[in-house]
Amino acid sequence: MPDLLYPLRRVGHLVVEGVWRFGFAMRFLFLLLINSLQTLQRLPLLIREIYFAGVLSLLIIVVSGTFVGMVLALQGYTTLNSFGSTEALGTLVALSLLRELGPVLAALLFASRSGSAMTAEIGLMKATEQLDAMAVMGVNPIARVLAPRFWAGVVSMPLLAAVFNVCGIVGGYFVGVVMIGLDGGAYWSQMQSNVDLHYDVVNGVIKSVIFGVAVTLIAVFEGVNAVPTAAGVSGATTRTVVTSALVILALDFMLTAFMF
Amino acid sequence: MVQRGTIDLWVGVFAVIGLGALLFLALKVANLTSIGSGVQSYVVYADFDNIGGLKVRAPVKAAGVLVGRVESIALDTKTMRARATLALNSEYRFSKDVSAQILTAGLLGEQYIGLLDGGDEVQLAAGDKIDITSSALVLEDLVGKFMLSFAEKPTNSTE
Amino acid sequence: MCLLGGYMYNETDYKPFIELKNVSFSYGTKPILQDISLSIPQGKLVAIMGGSGCGKTTLLRLLSGQVKPQSGSVWVDGCEVNRLSDRDLLALRRRLGMLFQFGALFTDLNVFENVAFPLREHTQLPEAMIRDLVLMKLQAVGLRGTANLMPSQLSGGMSRRVALARAIALDPALMLYDEPFTGLDPIALGTIAVLIRRLNDALKTTAVMVTHDVHVSLNILDYVYFIAEGRIVAQGTPHEVRVSTDPFVRQFVQGEADGPVRLHYPAADYAAELGLKQ
Repeated sequence: MPDLLYPLRRVGHLVVEGVWRFGFAMRFLFLLLINSLQTLQRLPLLIREIYFAGVLSLLIIVVSGTFVGMVLALQGYTTLNSFGSTEALGTLVALSLLRELGPVLAALLFASRSGSAMTAEIGLMKATEQLDAMAVMGVNPIARVLAPRFWAGVVSMPLLAAVFNVCGIVGGYFVGVVMIGLDGGAYWSQMQSNVDLHYDVVNGVIKSVIFGVAVTLIAVFEGVNAVPTAAGVSGATTRTVVTSALVILALDFMLTAFMF
Repeated sequence: MVQRGTIDLWVGVFAVIGLGALLFLALKVANLTSIGSGVQSYVVYADFDNIGGLKVRAPVKAAGVLVGRVESIALDTKTMRARATLALNSEYRFSKDVSAQILTAGLLGEQYIGLLDGGDEVQLAAGDKIDITSSALVLEDLVGKFMLSFAEKPTNSTE
Repeated sequence: MCLLGGYMYNETDYKPFIELKNVSFSYGTKPILQDISLSIPQGKLVAIMGGSGCGKTTLLRLLSGQVKPQSGSVWVDGCEVNRLSDRDLLALRRRLGMLFQFGALFTDLNVFENVAFPLREHTQLPEAMIRDLVLMKLQAVGLRGTANLMPSQLSGGMSRRVALARAIALDPALMLYDEPFTGLDPIALGTIAVLIRRLNDALKTTAVMVTHDVHVSLNILDYVYFIAEGRIVAQGTPHEVRVSTDPFVRQFVQGEADGPVRLHYPAADYAAELGLKQ
């Protein structure tokens, strides 16, 4: 009898724990927000974190974006060619990137590059009592350490996604026009007549801002709640990447259902 | 530790690249000046008995040229007709007695609104209503009519 | 009296700087401290000693207001710490320096910026004055030469000394030391001990030290409390401790394996567990 009920109990446990963690994360988000005023007044702190979160992710974003665009163009060309509508290649590449691939892939890369680094750094600061030391010195660690990282992520994410999109579109142009030899004018003009600023570009940016909030919130939250041991910090880093990936994909589905 | 000045420089470069990318997407990819961006367009209304499969953001064409998009579709509860709001490019002006028709691109393609210019001297202004409209061809109705006429024919011939 | 206003301490002719009255603390259902009462006069260097996990560090956290007791009250300089508002607690903490077990230097800042941190956060001093103050504090711990190094480039003893310089940056009225001698070689250990004593004499601060290193600390202390299983079991001056006949103190000072603190974790009878006895 206990064996039969075990999986059910396990599911219940997971659900309860998930809801519990979600509640804590939301409370934590609230704490972050009410402590953000100080952060936004001290620009050097924010700039420093944007360097670590954004600038250091730039290379991987550029490289991945270019290759994703190239692959899209290559695959898209094969399919479109069989329908005789290769002039739609630019539209295909741009819309796939702007609406889905840009925000989602950039956020996934950001989570594994910067999110995990944030978790590890904050977790180690906690393990080595740096956060306690700050609190004892009368400095609020949320305002001094956590909020700048959070806002750096929120600011960097849409910029990284935009860079990803541009690289992808240029990569697609390279494959479609330079390598395959399609008409360059058609690539751009078809794209322009079918991509809408508000509907496609702005919605994509909104998506990436929301992903930025989600990923950095998860990263900072996991870091602060890491068990202060080596195993605890590495576990928290893994959880950041896994949770971020799942949350990004789930949010993407919901946002797409709302937006398009 | 990376020097403070270096960090500032790199973050500056990052911001310029990122904003430049956004600008590129807005101007080169989405073509900011195109219709639907809401910058240079005017809004007119058209009431239809039946809009069929017309969707929001469907194209509005005149002589096959894209001149605007359907902004919203609502049901007017008084007349029980469908009211489509069209955003037209300010570059294109039509006469007051322009007619709107719901057409289908190809046999099974998406539906769009076709505009046919009239002869009136007065121009269609923002907020005006297009009076002459013809509804979408709904396949079921069409088939139904066809069947009906088919059924009526024998009775006609006997008379 | 409390400079922050609020809860006034009833002054008598004897005026302790720190006073704990019947303090009990537990994590969940696990009791850590039970009914602790102690008082520390101003300007003294006092140690809380006891084995690992006896609640010593919790005691420091009570004093700095990081945790609140379930019952009893904690008084520091006339303020009842466990009833201060968040704002008053921050104000109190500005007059408090704490040396953490492994220094807890900020790994993303260099030595100079670590020591300058409390000055930058809490004062509006001009950059030149901050520079002078930081160099003075670093000079006091003998590490002015390391100002431009990163914490990862320092040895354990050196980072502990930098952390000490950071803790005294705002000339605190109360210093808390959490295991300042753990994991140091004998020379570094001696250096830290001398520095702690010297700082106490020079700055007239009250200091509470949590440690289990008896021999080094007895040389620099004014008074010692022994804690075991969450209760104060013995207390006295270093001299009293050395000549004490109390079995617990003797075991602790001599480092004997078995005594009032048992070597063996409570278990069933050995012979019975091996199945040798019916």
